[in-house]
Amino acid sequence: MTTHDDVVEERRNFLYLATGAAGAVAVGGAAWPLIDQMNPSKDVLALSSIEVDLTKIPEGTSAVFLWRKNPVFVRHRTEAEIARARADDNAPDLVDPEADEDRVQRPEWLVMSGVCTHFGCIPLDQQGDFGGWFCPCHGSHYDISGRIRRGPAPANLPVMEYTFLNDTTIKIG
Amino acid sequence: MASRKFEPTNPTVKWVEDRLPILGLIYSSVGGGYDTPRNLNYWWNFGSLAGFMLVVQIVTGIVLVMHYVPDINLAFDSVQHIRRDVNYGWLMQSIHANGASMFFIVVYIHILRGFYFGSYKSPREILWFLGIIIYLLMMATGFMGYVLPWGQMSFWGATVITNFFSAFDFIPFIGDGLVEWLWGGFAVDQPTLNRFFSLHYLLPFVLVGVVILHIWALHIPGSTNPLGIDANGPYDKVPFHPYYTAKDAFGLGVFVIFFAAFVFYIPDFLGHPDNYIKADRLKTPAHIVPEWYYLPFYAILRAIPDKLLGIVAMFASILILFAMPWLDGSRIRSMRFRPLSQIFFWIFVINGLFLGYLGSISPDDILWFGFEAIVYAQISTLYYFAYFLVVMPVVSRMETTLPVPTSIAASVLEANKKG
Repeated sequence: MTTHDDVVEERRNFLYLATGAAGAVAVGGAAWPLIDQMNPSKDVLALSSIEVDLTKIPEGTSAVFLWRKNPVFVRHRTEAEIARARADDNAPDLVDPEADEDRVQRPEWLVMSGVCTHFGCIPLDQQGDFGGWFCPCHGSHYDISGRIRRGPAPANLPVMEYTFLNDTTIKIG
Repeated sequence: MASRKFEPTNPTVKWVEDRLPILGLIYSSVGGGYDTPRNLNYWWNFGSLAGFMLVVQIVTGIVLVMHYVPDINLAFDSVQHIRRDVNYGWLMQSIHANGASMFFIVVYIHILRGFYFGSYKSPREILWFLGIIIYLLMMATGFMGYVLPWGQMSFWGATVITNFFSAFDFIPFIGDGLVEWLWGGFAVDQPTLNRFFSLHYLLPFVLVGVVILHIWALHIPGSTNPLGIDANGPYDKVPFHPYYTAKDAFGLGVFVIFFAAFVFYIPDFLGHPDNYIKADRLKTPAHIVPEWYYLPFYAILRAIPDKLLGIVAMFASILILFAMPWLDGSRIRSMRFRPLSQIFFWIFVINGLFLGYLGSISPDDILWFGFEAIVYAQISTLYYFAYFLVVMPVVSRMETTLPVPTSIAASVLEANKKG
């Protein structure tokens, strides 16, 4: 049988729960701005794109550009380098298998991030065991397609979004 | 423990004490009202030395902030300005930079004192946990402080360490944006420097708070002692003041000489020359090393060829300290009476120093017998974890211990008779 006291207790329990829930929402709502203020601000997000003049990069060399405060590698690959990259498409030591064809829009131009996928150092050009890039920080070797072949890095150097505005200019971002 | 009450005779002091018993609190914490075991040796000095270093860092830090500019274009120059132009700036900067190292030296000795004499064992578990929290806060504070001068090692150290968190990118919702959230951008940049500066100023005061809790927890059971047996009765104890205030003051004098040798004669000995080059986001130094006090953990990180597992091992190597009160099942606290544990302890210390050395060199350097440094780092990492997970649980429960004295007083009198 429900007594007067039971009703009072039930009502009190409900009020405790409701107050607690409202309090939790309020704390969460107040905490979010404090957390989100640390995310990249509007002006940082607005640093959107750069244009690169490809005529200044002779065949067989690379250039480094800054995009969103991070290095971007642009390599003008030779026929031999392209052939080497394609020959390795099915190499057993590919940690993050990807065909060279899927990493380029035009095979002679390799455009990719210059940030090691391990802990963010900048790999050195034309070094390492695979004739591509070598990160001196913790010893990751990338091949001429920017794919990780040996060392602690978990992924290939990412290819970012870019478009050919014409035959000699690309827009990154 | 505190047996004597603070009973002021001076009427003014008594008037204050009746309204705010703060002098009584000090008296019973670090004064004549705190009874301490009579047999504490010099290894017990390092707690107060750590407290001294915290005060030194806060005082010199507040002074440095009066001249430092947290702007990526000005930070490097403002530190040089402090060293060259500001009156006594060279002294304050040198004390603060070397002080960080001194703080870690005394804290490492303080922690190992706890290992050897079983200070983490019942009933001091929470005291031990608070100590680990202090150590973790120190590591975070030291790291962020090292970024502030905005040299090459500052910048690339910050890049590598914040990238540790990219290993957690598999966590849904937060994983992907975690590193960008830490940076406030797409790389270590102005927002990063600003927030590190803010937190580097804040955390030392959080440390003060946790240190107060640490001392509070210490005063519940009282200090341990080299014999590891409980102090019972007045013959086992002496008042903290004047006995240990005097002993601590003597130790402080010796320590300050050591500290001063670095500050005045070799101020850059523990630093890295690359940090005299302004940060360049297009040029990673050939060989990145963290400050010496992180090297053993850096070696553990690099010993494991998998990114995520390396990070997990590195964090685990410190968090495992929380389990020590239960991993060690010995009924006896002090290793003085645990000869086998003693041997493994000293191997652990040497192994830790060796890991530090391995952290300072390149992982593919060839060492003895033609093996790469990483192979030695893997063996050392194995011992590091085996010490906690195998040696400690097994040896502490199996070993034949030596006879323990019945009381501190009896042991001291015995020693006097022989002497």
